[in-house]
Amino acid sequence: MGMEILIVDDEVEFAETFAERLELRGFTAHTANSGEEALRIVEECAAKVMVLDLKMPGMDGLEVLRRVKKAHPLVQVIILSGHGSEIDEAYGRSLGAFAWLRKPADFGDILEAVKRAEKLVTSGALQ
Amino acid sequence: MSLSGWLKKLSLLEFPEEGGSPEIYRLLRRRIIILMLVVTVIPLLSMALINSYQYRNTLRQEIVSPLLVLVNKSKHSMELFLAERLSAVSFIGSEHTFEELADQGTLNRIFRVMKQEFGGFVDLGLIDENGVQVSYVGPYDLKGRNYSGQPWFHEVRARGAYTSDVFMGFRRFPHIAMAVQRGVEGGKYWILRATIDTHTIDELIASMRLDPKSDGFLVNREGTLQTATRSYGAVLDHFPIGLPLSSSEPNCIETTDSLGREVLVAYAYFQNSPYALVVVKPRGEIFRSWYKLKSEILYVFLTGVLIILLVVFKLTGFLVERLRESEERREAAFREIEHSQKLSSIGRLAAGVAHEINNPMAIINEKAGLMKDLLELDSEFRNREKFIALTDAIINSVERCRSITHRLLGFARRMEPHIESVDINEVVRETVGFVEKEAGYRNLDLRLELAENLPVVESDRGQLQQVFLNLLSNAFAAVKDKGSIRICTCDCGETLSISVEDNGCGMSEETLSRLYEPFFTTKTKGHGTGLGMFISYGIIKRLGGRLEVRSKEGEGTTMTVHLKV
Repeated sequence: MGMEILIVDDEVEFAETFAERLELRGFTAHTANSGEEALRIVEECAAKVMVLDLKMPGMDGLEVLRRVKKAHPLVQVIILSGHGSEIDEAYGRSLGAFAWLRKPADFGDILEAVKRAEKLVTSGALQ
Repeated sequence: MSLSGWLKKLSLLEFPEEGGSPEIYRLLRRRIIILMLVVTVIPLLSMALINSYQYRNTLRQEIVSPLLVLVNKSKHSMELFLAERLSAVSFIGSEHTFEELADQGTLNRIFRVMKQEFGGFVDLGLIDENGVQVSYVGPYDLKGRNYSGQPWFHEVRARGAYTSDVFMGFRRFPHIAMAVQRGVEGGKYWILRATIDTHTIDELIASMRLDPKSDGFLVNREGTLQTATRSYGAVLDHFPIGLPLSSSEPNCIETTDSLGREVLVAYAYFQNSPYALVVVKPRGEIFRSWYKLKSEILYVFLTGVLIILLVVFKLTGFLVERLRESEERREAAFREIEHSQKLSSIGRLAAGVAHEINNPMAIINEKAGLMKDLLELDSEFRNREKFIALTDAIINSVERCRSITHRLLGFARRMEPHIESVDINEVVRETVGFVEKEAGYRNLDLRLELAENLPVVESDRGQLQQVFLNLLSNAFAAVKDKGSIRICTCDCGETLSISVEDNGCGMSEETLSRLYEPFFTTKTKGHGTGLGMFISYGIIKRLGGRLEVRSKEGEGTTMTVHLKV
């Protein structure tokens, strides 16, 4: 069983497809389609890396990021969004976002960011 | 009606609110000119008229008064002269008896003394109550003549004394006869009659020293000339101008004489004689100084009006022109604002669209990615290679969309530019470095004319580079192989300009007007996004500069960036 990753996106198609592609590469991918669901799942599973969309109905990505970092500071959050200004980016980074990618992003770039986050988590440098 | 009401009625104060057509400015100009002329020329004109009228009156007084004094004085002298002569005759009549005077010898002696003492006497005669001249001294043989039928004989009988009108004697020489009646007790009476010539009167008139064009003479109450005149005929001719009767006070009238001249006639009636002394002066003479003044006033007035006209026309033209210019500038500024508002709303719209498109793009990207992943795992799939190529094409297309949306979002973002001190020449050289290779392949004549000692500007290096690169790539696209591109920098005082000039295809009016619109491109499909100029415009605007484009179809294009120093 590979590294557990949580994918949060209100676009179900995107989340599912993306999860499938990660699983093909040996990861265990969970998906959530809203901010609330994401917060619930992150409690249940052992995901240490999260790929998060910003603009979602209900709780938005930045709020999810803030709560996750508060409850689980070790979880690395990669923001992947089609929206978001540079001010949002600066704010997100100040909240502890690990990386900031723009949709549609090259899969290789995302994979690379995920691997870096995984390395950070598994190396135990944060403990 | 009030003044402003009048002006409103003449619509002189109703200036057009909305400028634009030249007709309105012509109208405005005309109204201002009329208004200004009315308020300046009318007071000037009335002042000139009042002045000239008052001066004319004063001048007339100045001229008429001395004339009246002269006439009065001369009249007095003549009255005195005639009164003296009459007294002399009267005195002789009182001092001598009829018998003494009837004696020719005595009368001779008396006449001799009279001529010595008084002068002017021509003859002396004694007439008895029957009108027969009893004795006579003088140049004619008039002794024994009967005067009883003559009118003067009856008048002297009635009034006791008599002075005649001038008459021509037998020698054709003007004379004045005067007679006194004396009576003796018992009802018998006699008349002493003397004749004087008018030499002395002529001398008195000459002593008035009138100028050559004026005339001085005596007339009787019937208007018969009593002395010779210069312009109105000889003695006993009729004087053509009627003189209103007045007291013995001198009087003056203005009239036109028989020669058609405008004349001033001053006259005074004698108190005890049937004469009036008349002085005629042509008005032209008198009012010469007045006419001179009048023409001077006219010159001053005309010069004034001329200056006013000049100033009013020039000033109004200048003002209206300035008004028109500022109005045009205002309209141009409005158009500019409208234009930039249009661009910014297009920008916002484009950014919104880009945001929304990103999500479906991401889905397409991942779906295609997954397809590719699956294909790579399944080595038995018949069309594997072909499908991998297809998914790659999809992923590449998504990549292209991504670059478009990301550039759009880059334009729309509100981030402050990263400002630092920038050496423009260095940025230009660096940017040109990116394209030098392509210039070499295409044999382009790429020339740099960079001004030395350019001031350092505070700007965003990366964004400037983006703009220069865009301008350069546009120039590259415009020129044919072996074309030329010139890049100049220049210090223009307040601004610093960087221009990229090419001798390529140029732009049509249509292209120029849509130059900054996003997604507008003249390049073939797939080669241009239509965002280059749109983004460059936004960047330069944010950096506080200005983009200037000059282009002529078929001749080339010059794009200039002006940056504030």
